Parts: sequence; C-alpha cells; structure tokens
Amino acid sequence: MTEAKDERRPAGELEAAVMAVLWAADLPLTAAQVQLDLDSGLARTTVTTILTRLHEKGVVQRERQGRGFAYHPAQDAQGLTARRMHTELDRDSDRETVLARFVAQLGPDDERVLRQLLEADEA
Amino acid sequence: MNVILLVVPLLLPFAAPPLVRRALEGARPVVALWTLTVCALVLAGACVASLGALLLTGLLRVPALAALGELVHPLNAPSGLVVVPAAALATGALTLGAVTLVRSALRQSRAFRVARRQADRRPAAGDLCVVDSPHPDAYALPGRPHRIVVTTAMLRSLGPRERDALFAHERAHNAGGHHYFLAAAELAAHCHPALRPAREAIRLAAERAADEAAARAVGDRRLTAHAIARAALAGHAASSPRPDFAAAATTGPVPQRVAALLTPPGRPSRVPHRIVLLLAACALLSGTAASAGVLDFHHEIEIAQGEAPR
Repeated sequence: MTEAKDERRPAGELEAAVMAVLWAADLPLTAAQVQLDLDSGLARTTVTTILTRLHEKGVVQRERQGRGFAYHPAQDAQGLTARRMHTELDRDSDRETVLARFVAQLGPDDERVLRQLLEADEA
Repeated sequence: MNVILLVVPLLLPFAAPPLVRRALEGARPVVALWTLTVCALVLAGACVASLGALLLTGLLRVPALAALGELVHPLNAPSGLVVVPAAALATGALTLGAVTLVRSALRQSRAFRVARRQADRRPAAGDLCVVDSPHPDAYALPGRPHRIVVTTAMLRSLGPRERDALFAHERAHNAGGHHYFLAAAELAAHCHPALRPAREAIRLAAERAADEAAARAVGDRRLTAHAIARAALAGHAASSPRPDFAAAATTGPVPQRVAALLTPPGRPSRVPHRIVLLLAACALLSGTAASAGVLDFHHEIEIAQGEAPR
C-alpha cells in the first residue's frame, strides 16, 4: 500500500526525501541505509537511481564503500551561499510575514501547553 | 455631505478583532483563510477610501485648491470645526500608513529577492533547499519554481515520516499561494491598527490550512501534530532565552495547531459558521458605507463645480 503510494510520488519529492535522510545523518550512507532510514517501502533500485541522479547533479558526493558507494551531501561553495541566504533572511525580523515558516517562536507558556498536549495524546 | 458615511468604515474595523480571533472555530481552515483575507481587504480598502474623501474635503476648503478643482460654489460640507481637524487626522493616518507600508514592502521584497536568487543558483534535490544551520527552521519560498528551505537542525530533529509531514506542509503553502494571503494581511494591517489581529489570524489560518493538507498527504493527523510539536520544541530549546515581555494571556499559534490536529476532525457543516457570516456582514457594511460616502462626496463636488443641479 505505502509502497504503491511512494512509487507514485513525483520524482522531485523523492529526491527531497532522500536528500533529507543524507543531511540528517552524520556519516555517509549507502543506498541500503538510505532505504532503511526512509522507512517508506521504496525499492532499493529506486533509491539507487535517485542517489545516482543527485550525484550527477552535484548535490551529493560519494565514496567507494565495499562493492557500492556511500553518499553524503556536497559541502562546497554552494553550501556557503545557502548559509548567506539564511543570514540575509534572519536579519529581517518579521520575515514570517511573506515567508510562511513551519513553526513560529514559542511564547512563554507555549512549551508547557505543548508538552501537556503530547502527554495527553500518548496516554 | 454626509460625514457619518465616511466615519463608519473607520470605526467598523474595531469590531473585527473579537471576530477574527474566533474565525477558525468551526469553519474549515481554507474557508476561514479566504473569509478573513477578503474581509480584511474590504475593511482596509473602505478605510483608505474614507480617509481619502475626508482629506479631499479639507483640501477643497483652501481657496487656491478649490479654484484648481474648478469649484464655482463652496463645497457643501460640515463646518470647518469638524472638517479641518478630520482632514488633518486623515492626512496623518494616510501618511503614516503609507510610509510604514512602503518601508515594510521594500525590506521584505529585498529579503525575498536575495533568498530567491540564492535558491536558484543552488542545484536542487527536487524542490528542497537545505541550509546548514544549528537552528531548526523551515519555510516555503514561493516563486518559479517553488522551493522549500529547511535547515539541517530541523531535518535532524524529526524522524523520516515527520520530515514528510513537514515537506507536505511547506508544499501546501506553495501550492495554495499562501504568500498572497500573507501579503494581503500585511497590507490590511498597515491600513488600520485594528486590523493587526486580522493579520495574525490570517497567518494562523494559512498554517492550519497547510497542516490539514499535510495531514491528508501523509494520511496521519497525529504524526503531523507530533512533527509540529517536536519542531517547535527543538527550536525553542535552541533559541536563546527571550525576554518574556508579553504576558501569557493566550496560547500561541503552535499549541493551537497541535491541539487542532489531535482532535478528530468534525464534520464540516454545510451552514457557514456564524462568525464567518458576521465578519462578512461587517465587511459588507463597511464597504457599502464607504462607497455611499465616496459617491455622495463626488456628487457634492459636481454640485460645487456647477455641473449638477443643487
């Protein structure tokens, strides 16, 4: 079921998901590790194809590991521009007015309320 | 001329704050988002039109300007004791609003262009643009093509399925064109101070709409709620302690969103929610009063110009 759903996802979304796994990890990952971490029932061959495509684009780098490759995000000048962009946006105190952020800053009481909500949900 | 018609649109926005804060109760987030935005824009437009008419009434009392406006009779307006202070206040309000609006627009469009340029220069993994930063943060970057910008700290604080919920949330912002709603909210907030709560309500409605879209995309409301809560708590721990200048009178937007996702969705009622109707009525009344007031003002000018019978 999930497998069918994931194989149907647009290529861009799959690339983003794979890239997120590589960024979240501290070490270079093999295709098998990425597949395991994705937890989405995606076929190994699909993961390998995506990783190869990302490598061709220069977004990830790879090193030989055993019979295959281990992949990690490309850290280079492009990473620096992205960091600069982040600082640029940070300077704008009220940037959330045009850019919809995932989570706003928490207010003084929000943390307590959030933890209560989660505890009540887990109970 | 009837000054009351021009004053009504200036007072009606004061009725909006209690209504906008409750607009998300009962109404579906997308419905609330549209209602809030359209009503805020109508209320703001009516305010600007009224202020403009009041300003012109004052200006046309100056003989030189009256001659320039080809007025052959004096304008039939209330006495100078009313009109002159009203015109002066209108001038002040319009100037202040215009200055803050232009400043905010320039600053934001500049930051936005920089973000866009940098994102375009970067090779993309799908629509994802990752920023190496110790602060958990994520936002939607609209444009061609749409991008989602996420920091490494945010990716690391979420599990794989929670990351899917986060991406779905940001994609929903881009797909829904939510930046237009946020820009409209910003515009309205600069037109009348009582419309600032509407800006907050529109932001929350946009987040709620994206949350529901994300929950549909990953097929799990609880998972989405947990992703939001976890991301918020991670960001909270990482941020330096902020001064608690704001007393915690109400719960912030994040707990409201989490709570809404943890409650099972109610059946969307076919009858529009009462609050939504009240808001629409408020905007309609304001728009009608402003239109009538401006038309009346126009008619008085035509009379003063000798073009219409008295």
